[in-house]
Amino acid sequence: MAVAALPGEAGPDVDRTSLKTKLRRAERVNRARSFSLVAPLLLFVLAVFALPIGLMLVRAVENTEVRETMPRTIAALDGWDGQATPGEDVFAAFADELVQTQKDRTTALVGKRINYEVPGARSRFLKAGRLVDAGGGGPWREKFLAADPEWGSVEFWAIMKRAGATFTPYYLLTSLDLRQDAQGAVGRNFADQSIFVDIFFRTIWISLLVTLATLVLGYPVAHLLAILPPRHANVLMILVLLPFTTSILVRTTAWIVLLQSNGVLNDILLALNLTTERVQLIFNRFGTVLAMTHIQLPFTILPIYSVMKSIPPSHLRAARSLGAGPLTAFVSVYMPQTLPGVGAGCLLTFILSLGYYITPALVGGPQDQMVSYFVALYTNREMNWGQASALGAILLLITLALYALFNRLVGIDKVKLG
Amino acid sequence: MQMKSLKMTLSALALSATCGAAVAADSLTITSWGGAYQTSQDEAYYKPYTAKTGTKIVQEEYNGEAARIRAMVESGNTTWDAVDVDAATAQQGCDEGFLTPIDYSKFGGEAAFVKGSTFECGIPTIIYSTIYAYDADKIKDGPTTIAGLFDTKKWPGKRSLQKTPFGNLEFALMADGVPADKVYETLKTKEGVDRAFKKLDTIKKDIVWWEAGAQPPQLLASGEVVMATAWNGRIFNANKVDKKNFKIVWDGQLMDYDLWSIPKGVKDLDAVYKFIEFASSPEAQAAQTKYISYGPALLAATPLVSPDILKDLPTAPANAKTALANDPVFWGDNKEELLKRFNTWIAQ
Repeated sequence: MAVAALPGEAGPDVDRTSLKTKLRRAERVNRARSFSLVAPLLLFVLAVFALPIGLMLVRAVENTEVRETMPRTIAALDGWDGQATPGEDVFAAFADELVQTQKDRTTALVGKRINYEVPGARSRFLKAGRLVDAGGGGPWREKFLAADPEWGSVEFWAIMKRAGATFTPYYLLTSLDLRQDAQGAVGRNFADQSIFVDIFFRTIWISLLVTLATLVLGYPVAHLLAILPPRHANVLMILVLLPFTTSILVRTTAWIVLLQSNGVLNDILLALNLTTERVQLIFNRFGTVLAMTHIQLPFTILPIYSVMKSIPPSHLRAARSLGAGPLTAFVSVYMPQTLPGVGAGCLLTFILSLGYYITPALVGGPQDQMVSYFVALYTNREMNWGQASALGAILLLITLALYALFNRLVGIDKVKLG
Repeated sequence: MQMKSLKMTLSALALSATCGAAVAADSLTITSWGGAYQTSQDEAYYKPYTAKTGTKIVQEEYNGEAARIRAMVESGNTTWDAVDVDAATAQQGCDEGFLTPIDYSKFGGEAAFVKGSTFECGIPTIIYSTIYAYDADKIKDGPTTIAGLFDTKKWPGKRSLQKTPFGNLEFALMADGVPADKVYETLKTKEGVDRAFKKLDTIKKDIVWWEAGAQPPQLLASGEVVMATAWNGRIFNANKVDKKNFKIVWDGQLMDYDLWSIPKGVKDLDAVYKFIEFASSPEAQAAQTKYISYGPALLAATPLVSPDILKDLPTAPANAKTALANDPVFWGDNKEELLKRFNTWIAQ
């Protein structure tokens, strides 16, 4: 534009510049037009995928409970040296703010937050609230200490001070079975609260078992699908896809009917004299892996199938004509070519399995529950959304890490969905 | 991912359903515990109320998750007008400010109800009890005391217990020899809690956990378990409607209240009160006992209950000899710790 405005320029030059500009403008319009076609999906993905995940990540470290309801207590604690029970200034601010939290009915919520780190704090806060409600005025330090000597605990006030920070590592640490002591040093969590590392390993282990089972069961089916004449292959394909038309709840409940102690499978086993007493097939690891394998099978089969479909049959024939036996030809010529599909199918099943919730909840025992169950538990039952978010965040990290590892070992560009 | 999208679709559908209901004039959304209990409420309260006033009742179900009420109130869109809650939730809802304090003057004061059943944020509706039961067709020489629930030598097989510390800790202590009136005293000490978990450990591998009240009768009927803890009305109902021969062991039963509560931020508080007043009338309360064996919390309703139902209520003298009354203050104070410990224990 600036060039075009210069006086005394030669005519053709001006024309060329304006042509370039015009071209660029036309391209920009085109780009804008194509972007406007993608925009709805982009906005949709941002709104229902990126934004919630972002909020979840924030919630995993967010620490608003104490900071928002008791700012003056936290400010008073700033001047505290952490050596002995705080002075009257802290207690006075605390009592003052308790009056307000009693009015807003938020005492229990602050207490609950402290309770995560100091067992018993919630009920102590509620009792303190009643004490303040009774009125009478200060000095509060003596009054609190007389009501419950635990108010004199240096450890409690140190944790209170820490709970006033903008962000907290508490939830993430707990998700890794770690805890911070009053001095801030990180160590292992108490044995009766350490479960999460086990649960993450359990989640990965169950997902691996399911992936392996779908691969072993699905690979021959995919091969059959690829080599059968279309007439038969179509019927088989419908059978593979049929489960997709049934609700996941129905499929899972059907397994309960089949597998329960007085269920069909046990009746058959007994009738055939294969067992003398009824076998526990459900509410354990076996039932969980079985039902999940059933649900995940199509996800493993389809990518393998579509890759197999693209392998020319002439390759196998060539191998045979060069002297390879049927097994050698299959293993050394055919199988390597199916690996991109195997990689895609297994990765898909593995990552989907990591997030399973309903199936283990219905057909698994307490020792078969995966991370998602605990996310639901903390969201719905315990109302501890920080913990739920931290578990979700760590599961997301693990998934991304495993994906990166897969990419490193196999190479994601080698994976084909068809 | 598939689960998540399934759940999202379901909740979206539920949301649109409830939104649609909220827009329609003259309707109330009432949430309860599903199954036979909700059916009894439908017969005794909802249908007669709709017939009388024309107000439509939209029914919702939950399994007592207080978090769902709190999440709804915090999001500023209260779609449940009244919720049937247990005592611990009524207490918690008041403490944490997601339930509305009740104006008892509309109900003839707190003295109109069974002593100790009234809460600041809840009007008692029924007295129910958590008991354990077995199928008398399958076990001839059945247990008669709470210790039988833990006796896997004499009565081998799976047991079904509710997936919550509430009730199970009390049962464990009573089965371990703690008298009913010392149970909460014992649970207040760390040693007492350890003792309860130790007792539960002895049957841990034999437990099938239930979460919805309709599950224990099903698990008993299918033979999946030999005995199950349950809410007494669900067992009564299975016997009455499905002609089962389940036997309730009343020894060591844990009595508790269900209460009507009103989440903060309901659109029309007066309309909700009107419904609860109707449901708290002696006639409606007595009518409910025809459908489920829960005792009315309203004193004036007791004389109207038919005598042949009285013997099945948790409060019948023969049933209540060794009953333990739930201590909502204990649970209000200790729920957090015990829930945390229980959930860790169960997953280990």
